[in-house]
Amino acid sequence: MAQPAETVPDETAVSAETPKKELGPVFKLASGPTKWLDDRTGLAGLGRPFLRKVFPDHWSFLLGEIALYSFVVLILSGIFLTLWFKPSMSEVEYQGSYELLRGLHMSDAYASTLNLSFDIRGGLLLRQMHHWAAAVFIAAMLTHSLRIFFTGAFRKPREINWLIGVAMLGLGLVEGFAGYSLPDDLLSGTGLRFVDGLIRAIPLVGTWVEFFAFGGEFPGELIIPRLYMLHILLIPALLLGLIAAHLALVVYHKHTQYPGAGRTAGNVVGYPVFPVYAAKAGGFFLIVFGVLTLMGATMQINPVWVFGPYNPAEITAGSQPDWYMGFVEGAIRIMPNWEWHIGSTTWSWNVFLPGIGVMTLFFAVMAIYPFVEAWVTGDKSEHHVLDRPRNNPTRTAFGVAAMTGYAMLWIGGGNDLVATQFHVSLNSVTYFLRVAVFVAPVLAFLITKRICIGLQRSDADRMLHGAESGIIDRAPSGKYSERHRPISRFEAFKLTQHEDLPALLPLTEVDGMSEKEIKGEQRRRKATRFYFIDTLRRPTRAEIEEAAHHHMHAMAIEGDGEHHAIEPEPEEEHHLAR
Amino acid sequence: MSEDTAHGSKPGSEVATVDEERYPVPDPGLEPHLPRLTDVDERAADRATRQVATFFGLVPVLAIGFAVVYFAVPGDSYLDFGPLRANTRNLLLGLTFGLALLFLGVGAVHWARKLMDDHEMIDYRHGAASNDDDKNYMLTELDKVVDESKITRRKIIGRTLLAALATILLPMLVGLADLGPWPTKKKRAETIERTIWAPGVRVVNDVTFLPIKPESIEIGQLINSEPANLQELEGSEYQIEKAKAAVIVVRMDPNDITIPPTREGWNIGGILCYSKICTHVGCPISLWEQQTHHLLCPCHQSTFDLADAGKVVFGPANRPLPQLPIALDSEGYIVAQRDFLVPPGPSFFERDSRYDTTVTM
Repeated sequence: MAQPAETVPDETAVSAETPKKELGPVFKLASGPTKWLDDRTGLAGLGRPFLRKVFPDHWSFLLGEIALYSFVVLILSGIFLTLWFKPSMSEVEYQGSYELLRGLHMSDAYASTLNLSFDIRGGLLLRQMHHWAAAVFIAAMLTHSLRIFFTGAFRKPREINWLIGVAMLGLGLVEGFAGYSLPDDLLSGTGLRFVDGLIRAIPLVGTWVEFFAFGGEFPGELIIPRLYMLHILLIPALLLGLIAAHLALVVYHKHTQYPGAGRTAGNVVGYPVFPVYAAKAGGFFLIVFGVLTLMGATMQINPVWVFGPYNPAEITAGSQPDWYMGFVEGAIRIMPNWEWHIGSTTWSWNVFLPGIGVMTLFFAVMAIYPFVEAWVTGDKSEHHVLDRPRNNPTRTAFGVAAMTGYAMLWIGGGNDLVATQFHVSLNSVTYFLRVAVFVAPVLAFLITKRICIGLQRSDADRMLHGAESGIIDRAPSGKYSERHRPISRFEAFKLTQHEDLPALLPLTEVDGMSEKEIKGEQRRRKATRFYFIDTLRRPTRAEIEEAAHHHMHAMAIEGDGEHHAIEPEPEEEHHLAR
Repeated sequence: MSEDTAHGSKPGSEVATVDEERYPVPDPGLEPHLPRLTDVDERAADRATRQVATFFGLVPVLAIGFAVVYFAVPGDSYLDFGPLRANTRNLLLGLTFGLALLFLGVGAVHWARKLMDDHEMIDYRHGAASNDDDKNYMLTELDKVVDESKITRRKIIGRTLLAALATILLPMLVGLADLGPWPTKKKRAETIERTIWAPGVRVVNDVTFLPIKPESIEIGQLINSEPANLQELEGSEYQIEKAKAAVIVVRMDPNDITIPPTREGWNIGGILCYSKICTHVGCPISLWEQQTHHLLCPCHQSTFDLADAGKVVFGPANRPLPQLPIALDSEGYIVAQRDFLVPPGPSFFERDSRYDTTVTM
């Protein structure tokens, strides 16, 4: 919880010893059943490590929770939808209550989606909640992964949990796409048509994959039942298993914490699961659930009745996938039309590279990053205190560069909308993005790195000179200067607790190393220079003392009473009192 | 805070140590706990209590409201908010249920933030690795396990076991071989490499299924069309064939058109017929720029020049739109001379794309 800004001088909170209490009525009522259960399961022993387990508090830790809770909402709303949805592509004549489509021939899947939307009370609400929850689920996973990345929470011992997260993100995309395809409306059918073109384009085996996925030619009559199985059984089961493993590892490792006084690699400071987190996390689940419900009530999403049933000869302008497939869509759109025609074969690079290539690259880079960084630093120790993003400028710059590249592709996914909304040429937008997708990340990298180093300088400035007070002094000589206030010992610790990772010069002594080892080590040292050579070294103890001394000297001349950049240690030691 | 460690400790594992020396500023320990307003002012605490109780108290009201809406509000009533329109029942069901959930959650969080004890607690960490005792136990016991299994003395068991485990997967994989027909050369020729266009099949309007006469098409007009025999099909067969056979019939000024020498006789006085299926990933192409004779795909913006043999002028598509040779039948309706000479639609690996721009009959 945030610390109040002002100090309250005298302790007014009463911390009296709690007297021995009689057990409350609920305890008395529950004692019978719990004893019965405990005799058979050892409940008290099982619960003991968790009842008061400590979790640290920070808003950014809620991102993963949003992902978890929207997944729960997806399961709950999804169960409701399966009660009426028919995953069948057989042709029926619509006779429901939506008059504009009555009498039209369509698939049973589409007809039952219309039925859910118009004839089942609450069906439309649940359909829209389900769709919004899917969009939020993937957005939350992605932002959660950014939080993990920028704070270095993927470092040892959490690499496996990072990989589980990457797998869940990938499964989430497939799960979302499968769900998007089920209603068999014009938009979802167009999405499937695209996927058909995408898998056909795989060199050597594309046609085989297409025929096996669709049970023959596109669209056939099997793809929706098959996607339904993936969507409600296989992928949710995998996701549930991975979520269980993800959370089990979070419990085992204990949660990371942001740097601060008293927060070290050896402890975790926060609030207990009961009562605080039971109320906070339970309440937050209900808040996420409630907000998704309100979104389903007030914000239209995927109005399938407007699009009409799927017709392979029709399409709407501005066809777009859900937001999370936008980067792949953009890559497909801005790709030059490279295709090889060798002998009697066709190598469709214009579809394969931006489609399957970009997705593979995205997940592969995410998956290997922790291991690349661990190789560069050569660091084998465990990390439980998070990095402030500024203190690892190169990593932060890589992250922002990746986000920028993603953003360029994502804009490409709506190049037609950019063109129509901003009255620019579609062709120019596309040509611009073909360049920008490579150049913008480089610029973002350089700018981010400089910003991080600038922030490090400002930290160092606070450390050595204190905080700007906003008070201007005029000396008798007429010289103006700003008075600096000492920063607290707590802040000083926070600004300096991080590790300085060294940029290593090339090896000179290579005794007893093989040719291969030398090569590897030189390459690693080169990488450390790339990573850390610009990073600002944090002030040392000697420099801080020197600055304090200098400060005192200067202040003595100015006649100021404050002598330090950091407030001095008080008489009594730690404030750990409860 | 010694009592806090009791629940977290594992016997034998080391508490993680912290190297205090590496800090330029010594760790001053946790900041002093500061009481909240609700800790020191009983009236504030009472106010927070009332707020939490109000949030919780509204939940039954909203839950009952949901049930009332469910049974009382008809499905065909709509509410207008200026340009926005909402189904009354859907909106009210969502508002009652959503606010009930939200208030329950907000009440709980408010309770935790304002009234529950907010002293931070400390757990001590232990290295993620297991302790040496556990490791040694596992090693020595696993060694015994291997001995007791006799697998080291009777190696043949191990080898055959590995082979058995590897091959037991085979039936599971073979069982999937019927996922779809195998796209052999013969199968491809029957499916993705042909359409239902055939000599004499009429080109019909794709909405009315009426045949088309040249005189009914004006210069600059484009008609979305289908083969007349598509009507004989139903269900998935209909969709499969439509996805390949859809065409556009377009009439342009003959002076504006470039006809390759190999395609003389494929058009009727400036009326041409092209596949409507994009050669990129198969979206139906339908954005027609009459003055430039360009046809643009709304999916990925590939643009084809219909006045120049359907060539790609922009976008990610590589191959021109396949052209369907057309003629007139005895009654003066437009008919196909034959099926497409190249497979329409997106590329696939076994597609012979050498002749797409130079096809002859």
